[in-house]
This record gives sequence, structure tokens and C-alpha cells, in this order.
Amino acid sequence: MVYKVVTFDFTDFKDFKDFKNFMSAIIEVKNLGKKYNIGERQGYIALRDVLANIFKSPFSWFGSKVKTALGKTEDNEFWALKDVNFTVEKGEVLGIIGRNGAGKSTLLKILSQITPPTTGEIKLRGRVGSLLEVGTGFHPELTGRENIFLNGAILGMRKKEIEKKFDEIVEFSGIEKFLDTPVKRYSSGMYVRLAFAVAAHLEPDILIIDEVLAVGDIEFQKKCLSKMGDVTKKEGRTVLFVSHNLAATKSLCKKTILLDGGRIIKYGPTDEVISYYLNQQDKKLNNAEYHHKELSNDAKNIEVCLLSARLLNKEGLVCSEFGSVDEVFVSIDFEIKKEVDGFLVDFYILNEENVVVFSSSDNDRNQFTGKKRMPGKYIDVCKIPGNLLNVGKYFITIGGRTPNVKQYFVATDSLMFQIKSNGGPTSVEARTSVICPDLDWEIKLIK
Amino acid sequence: MSMEIIIKPKNKWWQLDLNEIWQFRDLFYFFTWRDLKVKYKQTAIGALWAIFQPFVTMVVFTIFFGRLAQMPSDGIPYPIFVYTGLIFWTLFSSGLTHASNTFMENEKIVTKVYFPRIILPISSIITNIVDFLIASIILVGMMIFYHYIPSLLGLVFFPLLIIMTIFSTLGIGLLFGSLNVKYRDVRFVLPFFIQLLIFITPVIYPVSIVSEKFRWILGLNPMAGVIDTARVVILGVGQINWLLLEVSTISMLVYCFLGYFYFKKVERYFADII
Repeated sequence: MVYKVVTFDFTDFKDFKDFKNFMSAIIEVKNLGKKYNIGERQGYIALRDVLANIFKSPFSWFGSKVKTALGKTEDNEFWALKDVNFTVEKGEVLGIIGRNGAGKSTLLKILSQITPPTTGEIKLRGRVGSLLEVGTGFHPELTGRENIFLNGAILGMRKKEIEKKFDEIVEFSGIEKFLDTPVKRYSSGMYVRLAFAVAAHLEPDILIIDEVLAVGDIEFQKKCLSKMGDVTKKEGRTVLFVSHNLAATKSLCKKTILLDGGRIIKYGPTDEVISYYLNQQDKKLNNAEYHHKELSNDAKNIEVCLLSARLLNKEGLVCSEFGSVDEVFVSIDFEIKKEVDGFLVDFYILNEENVVVFSSSDNDRNQFTGKKRMPGKYIDVCKIPGNLLNVGKYFITIGGRTPNVKQYFVATDSLMFQIKSNGGPTSVEARTSVICPDLDWEIKLIK
Repeated sequence: MSMEIIIKPKNKWWQLDLNEIWQFRDLFYFFTWRDLKVKYKQTAIGALWAIFQPFVTMVVFTIFFGRLAQMPSDGIPYPIFVYTGLIFWTLFSSGLTHASNTFMENEKIVTKVYFPRIILPISSIITNIVDFLIASIILVGMMIFYHYIPSLLGLVFFPLLIIMTIFSTLGIGLLFGSLNVKYRDVRFVLPFFIQLLIFITPVIYPVSIVSEKFRWILGLNPMAGVIDTARVVILGVGQINWLLLEVSTISMLVYCFLGYFYFKKVERYFADII
């Protein structure tokens, strides 16, 4: 990291606009990428093994070093971020959203210099304060008062600065009474309050915040949000804000970045990006058709293979949204290349909580057990009756196997669909059960 | 906007940004303060522990090595002979232990907040200097008791020897600390290694038991030169073994360079591999 006084020559700028852009961009991110070698993080690397390897086969060790240096090992690489470009202007509040594993945390870690990028460059024009977790460095044996100082210093505050704001921090946290109690005796709520109170009084030029509002009670969350609103609106601080709380993102950020698979897939006004994100999530969920891809060459030679699968409505049209009273047809195309004994095709339906609602196979009437199945292309269609599944989203995993002998194929979560209420029990009132069958009731008036 | 930070994939290893360390100078104080506070809060006798520990070790060593084993001590009473060596040895060995483990112990901070990482091992060594200074009080008491008057040379050399010990500790501590982050078995080997190290350091025996021809080899351990010189200048007995001191100084510089070089190489990846 290099601090230096920015000296510039006015002749570098073609016109005034160029100059203004230069002055206002407080964060500039260019071609940023971060590569992890899979297994590096969890890996238990023992010096003993490394040394033993060097002594056992010095040449292959040297060879692998050369390969790494030339960048030729690509087998187990994973790009957590790739080709990320954006600029943030002074005083701007930028939201960053995306699914888990989209690269949000990696981006923030690089920006806060906790981990280096693999490619690209970042320019930060100002003091950076990052808040990736509340209460970083809190020591359980120390008192609240002592931890305010320790935590403040770790977050980059000077001792004088903390002294000046000490009363304000204590007041914000609302734990005056317990200031001289070791924090190990605090409730988790008090702990979070104190931690956030310290963080809220940071005064860097650029503030980086990761999902810290997920902790704490709702009342305190609101207090924090309004404090952050003050910070950004009144004091003109530049903030990067990651949150799963889309409402908070909406209220704080004018612009938002949507990350997916380590790339920026949308960048613009927050409202647009959030609605795009929600749309995209819905699309991902409605996957009514599936085409099986063979993974490797030897998989092609096996006796049976899955070709495709789809969801159909009663008109025979491909569909991913069904009414709760309507039937759902699961259609599975597969090919038997050689005679196989006792082969069956089955599927599992899982709901959003990953509960298996039920499973079904084409051998449920026991017609194939112990019998040969002839070669050829098949289409199996299973009818799921209406008034059975509850309202919600479902995932289907398809498999083909000879029980207790061999699993020929599995397609996990290959189909997804949604049930919406259009009559039946769910139209009377919402149910919390896994299934929601329409059952017969015989109702007699006795007296 | 007076400062600009540029983040790039690679940093040059020789770029020790003193400016940046200065920005974070309060952290030295707070880490040291935290370690001292926590350490003395957890022991019943508090700061007295810093005196108690080397004192008891001195008594035990005097009984076993001085009396029972009749270890030579260059004509100096064995208690003060061994104690002079012990306080420097303790500064080195516990500083090394703490510096080697500091990145692992502060894992939560290292993975969540940025600051120049070198602050951590330095702070853990400063913590031990405080203990050293407290333990030195006993040395003063013993000097009065045994009627030793420090020479002027001693007053000049004493701080220099402390600095040499600190840099030896830092160099080796940076190396071990970085290895410790990367290789998970290092932490099991370290305590054992440091324990053994006392036997190749002239703490319980004088340098003079090694034949003059090979004495300089002891200097590959920087603490050999420090402890031998400390006895001469503080107690005013004998002559400084300049060859030994020179070899020790050179090996200290080599360890510092190696440790710092390796540390710089892996420092930025700590959060990824810790």
C-alpha cells in the first residue's frame, strides 16, 4: 500500500470535464479479478509433508514450481471475481447485491486490503474504514470501556479521536451501566449494540460495510440505519454497502451493483437493479425443461441415458406455473441402449425447505422388477394430481437405476416449478403443511 | 483528498511503508496494552508474575545446575550469573513464542480488518519488554546484594543488547509466525524447538566451557553473543569476546532479513490461508 500526495499537472486533462471526473472519482476499480485455488482455504498443509516431498522428488517439486510461475496449473482454479470495473464518486452510496457466493464479500475484502487481487488495480482516494463484522477484536476479558478503545483503534481511529467521541459512543450504545463489566458477561444484544456504536462513529472518507445489520434486534437495526442515513446524507461520506436487506439497500443507495458468478451483471439506479435481480431470481426458479448433458466420454457408453425432461400442463404445453387444483405432468425422455434388468426411472420432489415431499417411480406397480427392459427411446409421463401440493416452489431430481445394483443417472434439481392457489383448500386459507390435499368430509347433522 | 491508496496484485517486498505504520501507531499501544491487561487480569498475583517467574527459575537453576551439577560460572556467584542470562533469554524465548503465534491468535482481526500486519509481532515483543524491565529490578537488587557496580561500558551496552535481542526475536519470530500461518504443523514443533534452544545458548553455562577455537560457532545463535556480552558489561568481569559478538550480530542481521523477506512474501495472503 502506498500513500502519497496526489500531484497532478493540469495539462494532463483535455478539458474541464475530464478534470472534474478525475477529481470526483474517489474509488476506481479496473479489471479486478481474484483467483482462488480450490482447496487452498480448507487445506491442511503440513511443513513436514512439503519438506518430505522436496526431498523425495526434488525434480517434480521444481517442475510444479515452474508451472505455477508460468501460470499453467488451471485444474482447480476458481475465479471469485472477474473483470470487475466501476467507479464511485465522492459522497455516493453504492449498494452491492447478489446471491451467496456471487463475490460480494471477496470484493469488499479486496477493497479493504485484507486480501490482494489477482489481476487489476484499485485506486482509493481517501482514508478507508471497513466494517466487515461488528465487534472485530473485542476481547471477552476486557470491560466495555476498554473494548471501545481497542475496537476503535483496530478499526483505524486515533486514541484522541476515540476519547473525543467516547461519551457519544456510550450514549448511542445505551449500555452506560455495564461500561466497567467484562464483555464476556454481556448478552449478545448488548455486545452488538456496543460494537455497532463504535463502528457508527468511524469517520473515514470511504466506509465499507458488509451485512452488519443482520445482527441485533429490529429496533436497534432501525437506529443504525437512520444513523447511517445521517452519515451519508449530511456528512457526504462515500459508502459501499452490502446487504441482503433489499429494503435497506433501496433506502440508502442511489446506485447499485448486481454481482453474479464474480462478474458485474447490472450496474445502475438501485430500483432498476433490484427489480432486475428479483426478476432474474424468478426466472431461475421457473425451469420447466431440462436437457441432459453427458459429463464425460465414458458416460456415453453406458446402457441407459437420460435425454430430457419437462413439466407439462393438462393441455400438454410446457409450463412452470400451475394452479393448486391443476394436474402437473412430469415427462421424462430416456434411451435404453442395451437390455438392462430391473431398470426404473424415478423422481423426488423437494420443497423450498429441501424437504422431500414424495418420490415416485415408473416401477411403483412392480411391473419391471427382475425383468429385462428392451432397448429403445422411451417417454415416461407421471401425473401428479391436483389438490395435493401446497402453494410454493418445488424442485425435481430425476434418477435412473436398477435398485441395489447401479445408479445410471441423476439430474439434481433439474426441474423447478411453482404452485399458485386457484381454488381448493388453499383458497380458503393459507396452509403451513407440506402437502395440502383436498379430502372428502362426510358431514351429518345428528341433532 | 490528500492521500491515494493503490491496490495492486503484487507489492514489492522491500517496500516497508513506515509512513503507513506511523498512521497506525496507536495500535502498537493498544495491542500491547491489551496483552498486558489480559495477562495480568488472569493471574492472581498480577504484575508480580513478571518478577516471580524468572526469580523462581533462577532459584531452581541455582540449586540444580549451580549446586548439584557444579556448573562453572567464571568466578561469578551462580545466582547472579544465571539470572543475567535468564532475563535476556526470557525476553528472547517468550517474545519468540508470542511473535510466532500472534497471527494465529489474532486470526479474527487479521481476516476482518486491514492494518500493517507487522504491528502484531512487534507489539507482542513490546509486551515482553515490559516484563523484562520488571524482571531487571531483581537484577539490580542482586547486584547490590553481591556488590557489583555496573561499569560505564555496561550502561552504554545494556540498551544495545536489548535492541539486539529485540531484532533477533523479531527476525526469527517473523519467519516462524509466517510459516505458522501457512503450515499447520509448525505450532506443534515450535515450543519444543524453543525449549531445546536454551541448551545451545550460554544461559546455564559460561561460553568458556567451549574450547576457544570453536567458540565463535555459538554466535550463529545471536543470543549467545548477547548473553556473554551482558555478563561482561553488567558484572564487569572478564573481557568482551568480540569475535563472538560480531558473529552474533551478523547472524542477527541474516535472520532479520530472512524473516522479513518471507513475511513480506506471504503477508498479504494471510487472510486467505489462515
